Amino acid sequence: MSVMKIKKFSFTYPGVDHPSLRNITLPIEKNKITALIGPSGCGKSTLLRSMNRIHDLYPGNKYDGKIELLNEETGKYSNILDIKKENEFIKLRQQVGMIFQKPTPFPMSIFDNVAYGLKIAGIKNKSELHGRVEEALKGSALWKEVHDRLDKSAMGLSGGQQQRLCIARAVAVKPEVLLFDEPTSALDPISTGAIEELLVELKKDVSIAIVTHNMQQASRISDYTAFMYLGDLIEYDKTENIFLNPKEQKTEDYITGRFG
Amino acid sequence: MISNKLQDPKPLNGFGRLLINKIFLALSVLSALIGLAFLGWILTTLFIKGLGSFHLSLFLNDLIDGGLRNLIIGQFILAGIAAIIGIPIGMTAGIYLQEYGQGRYASIIRDLSDIMMSAPSIVIGAFVYAVIVVPTGGTSGWAGAIALAIMMIPVVINTTDNMLSLVPRELREAGIALGASKYKVILDIVIKAAKVGIMTGILLAFARIIGETAPLLFTSETSNYFSLNMSESFPSLTVSIYDLANEPEESSRDLAWAASFILTVLVLIINLTGKFITRNKK
Repeated sequence: MSVMKIKKFSFTYPGVDHPSLRNITLPIEKNKITALIGPSGCGKSTLLRSMNRIHDLYPGNKYDGKIELLNEETGKYSNILDIKKENEFIKLRQQVGMIFQKPTPFPMSIFDNVAYGLKIAGIKNKSELHGRVEEALKGSALWKEVHDRLDKSAMGLSGGQQQRLCIARAVAVKPEVLLFDEPTSALDPISTGAIEELLVELKKDVSIAIVTHNMQQASRISDYTAFMYLGDLIEYDKTENIFLNPKEQKTEDYITGRFG
Repeated sequence: MISNKLQDPKPLNGFGRLLINKIFLALSVLSALIGLAFLGWILTTLFIKGLGSFHLSLFLNDLIDGGLRNLIIGQFILAGIAAIIGIPIGMTAGIYLQEYGQGRYASIIRDLSDIMMSAPSIVIGAFVYAVIVVPTGGTSGWAGAIALAIMMIPVVINTTDNMLSLVPRELREAGIALGASKYKVILDIVIKAAKVGIMTGILLAFARIIGETAPLLFTSETSNYFSLNMSESFPSLTVSIYDLANEPEESSRDLAWAASFILTVLVLIINLTGKFITRNKK
């Protein structure tokens, strides 16, 4: 079952004639990890950033086609490209969270970082806040390291810990989809390993889309892989098929390292 | 041929470069020394003359009784009210420029603010004289505070604008991606991340206006008496220094030296506090 359905989606940045994404059709499967791979400039980050409309922070973008998001309660899909009102954007981003390349801890305590999204979602009850923060930190394999310094500034954590904190912060609001934009490219191999394990663990509860430059990472953790090239989706399939039996020549060239 | 040339060092050439290096170093040191010498001269004169006439009773008496109490308090009130007016306006404008303003409109405001920052302070004094002092029928503390606020606003705009521009884009996006609205991201996250820089900038702006004379000269003027009434001429340390230095009596000029000394120390303390905050919070 798909949690998101991208249908004939095109995207154009402001002030540019040519669309950066053309006619993309792609599902994001529920409780699976979908990897978006491709050489720099292929549009994979642009696609990811369309999926919670973070592009809309900057005016003048042009969307075409549909990106449908499953409503878990009704079982119906709605097109997120129709969203215009501020409160609908807030709801969308609570359903579709995002983790960035560089860790982005807020300049506040560890606890307040994780509680930030919860407070925005309207949770004021202290014990409930504490419970949810603890749950999120445990879910992100960070609780053991920080449980005795929740009131300390998050800026004092290591890069890998900061990234797990950002994941905890995103997980705390219980989103349906989490978007990861090269989450480990600024981290050392050990922190990368920890985050990869965490992603595989997290897919029990959320559906994941991840942009990665690291093909080993895509093959290690993802269930589905989409290969993109110059704004087009070249091939989408189960990860093992993409890596073992690619149908397209371009995909094969890329994963065997002939270009990119 | 080429490899031969490379292997053949030119000692004279190397020597020449070293010499030029030494000459440049000597010139830079000399220039720095000349600059510092004048600063040292000013400060020594100020300290000798100022300390010579300094007495604790200056803090207890008003100018009418030969002290400086009303002037120091008055100067702080003028600068304080200027800060109360200038900081919110400057910060809000800076936030607008960096977070909301786009295109030509914002860049015009930014340029105007930069021009304002270098406007001669006497011109601002004259402006406030024309639009406030004349219509209200006389000099007043309010006019002085407003003139100082006008001095302060562009500095605060510039600091806020610059400090916010240093906050990484991803931090704003991370806030938005958690469902926060834009104003909440700015208030909760962006300003917090830029807090130290903005605070330092504001403190430096405050240090600058507290030592200003020209904007006050014909707006607040000064007063020999203690006053909290902002609607009349208001005691100002800097304007009184100007007045006292022009008096024929030796005692008045001594008092001007003492006042200058106190003012310098105050400005120095504020500046050092700014530096201290930056160093500790970074």
